[in-house]
Amino acid sequence: MAPLIHGLIPEVTDRLADDLVYTVDLATSSVRELNAELHAPTAGHYQVRNPRGAHAIAAGLRHPITVDVQGHAGYYCAGMNQHAEITVRGSAGVGVAENMMSGTVRVRGDASQSAGATGHGGLLVIEGSASMRCGISMKGIDIVVGGDVGPMSAFMAQAGRLVICGDAGDGLGDSIYEARLYVRGSVGELGADCVPKPMRPEHHAELAELLTAAGLTHDPTEFRRYGSARRLYHFTAHNSY
Amino acid sequence: MCGIVGLHLRDPEWYPRLGRLLAAMLGQVAERGPDSAGVAVYGDRRRCPEGYAAVSVLNAPPGLADAVSGIGRYSDQYHSQVLVAEAGATTVVAAPMTPAELVDAVRAAAPEALVVGSGSDVTVYKGIGAPGRLAGVYDLVNAQGWQGLGHTRMATESAITPAGCHPFSVGPDQCLVHNGSFANHATIRRELIAEGAVFDSENDSEVGARFVASRLAAAEDLDQALRGLCERFDGFYTLLVTSADGFAVVRDAIACKPAIIAETEAWVAMASEFRALAELPGIDSARIYEPEPERVYAWLR
Repeated sequence: MAPLIHGLIPEVTDRLADDLVYTVDLATSSVRELNAELHAPTAGHYQVRNPRGAHAIAAGLRHPITVDVQGHAGYYCAGMNQHAEITVRGSAGVGVAENMMSGTVRVRGDASQSAGATGHGGLLVIEGSASMRCGISMKGIDIVVGGDVGPMSAFMAQAGRLVICGDAGDGLGDSIYEARLYVRGSVGELGADCVPKPMRPEHHAELAELLTAAGLTHDPTEFRRYGSARRLYHFTAHNSY
Repeated sequence: MCGIVGLHLRDPEWYPRLGRLLAAMLGQVAERGPDSAGVAVYGDRRRCPEGYAAVSVLNAPPGLADAVSGIGRYSDQYHSQVLVAEAGATTVVAAPMTPAELVDAVRAAAPEALVVGSGSDVTVYKGIGAPGRLAGVYDLVNAQGWQGLGHTRMATESAITPAGCHPFSVGPDQCLVHNGSFANHATIRRELIAEGAVFDSENDSEVGARFVASRLAAAEDLDQALRGLCERFDGFYTLLVTSADGFAVVRDAIACKPAIIAETEAWVAMASEFRALAELPGIDSARIYEPEPERVYAWLR
């Protein structure tokens, strides 16, 4: 029998060569119990059953474990992630992988608003589409979206790369700093201070790396690059009232 | 926060399941609004029979049925036909009259009572407390019909009272539920009062409902009325507005209050979060999207 951990009895569902796979069923365990186990993991791999859109699933992880969420996740899934590799086999709610530091988060379905918000590092892959404000205030995270992103994405994006394989809504990159945006489809109205920029060899190279990391096969030459015109960096007289 | 759920059924074969589906949806947004919950059901002929009007009332005095049937010309004709059903803070009175006639009769019979819904199709329930318990009080699981909506409230702008609970139903067969807060509601409230509107609560969302009702009364459709609301109102809002004609969703220009829509050939569903839609039959093949800012999405019967 598996040991008692934080009041939770994980079911040992498989024994890998050198590691354990634990299954936690959120139909019978609480998210708090799940996260307590994931914060001090006693196995290398976890499966989460019946997530049913619960909030804060696998938030605040700090270990190089894998977490397989077998269904739809709610708000703030995988928030603040460090080192862990988290997969959501469904859609993710508001703020998936918000403030991620490192590791990988992959959403098989769509993501709601503010995906990857304020993220400092790591890779967020959304295989479907992301809603509004994807990558808002991103600070170094890489985000690859297989489909479209909604309006106001990459608002005040400071660093990192956002790859959009579909279309981008209005206001892309409003008030952007130094993040690099790659878009394969159409772009609505660009946000303030966001402009098209030339694709140089280093951009094709980094885009190819990101697409490969995300498991996508698009040709990097199909993408256009957008970034900051750097006109909002300094206060100027015409910005005053 | 606040939670919104709504279900508009396109396939009549689904009508008997409306309440069961809506109750499950409401349960998934209970945490978003633990202080009160209200629902409205369209087309449940056990609650509002064909040819009847239904009026929902707060603070109903004992003996309301006798009092209503004792008013004016309805006294003999309708005495045995006035139906009264209590559901917690809400009392639903139904009688074979027009909604306006029944509202007048209720107000005359019980001046201390507050009318919080009226129509020939809709039945409205409001109350304070845990949403799961209130769904039982309203017998939501057994509701039938072609359309319904629910709201769980986390009060921000005004007190936790049954009158401040959503939906706001201030025109015949109309309902509005709101997640967010209007910034300029006091200004618009004064304008509507100057035009003759009478308010029931201090709630900012009621101002939105009165605004929509005034536009619909001026022969605008749901789409026009909500585009007018976007022009006039500042603040945060995701709104679900229903009428005898259908179902409409709109969000403010910034759209930080959540909304998600799923459509199949059998139904259109809207909720604050996906989790409220996750158990709907057919969700796996539904078209699912989040409504864009300041765009009105409307489905008519």
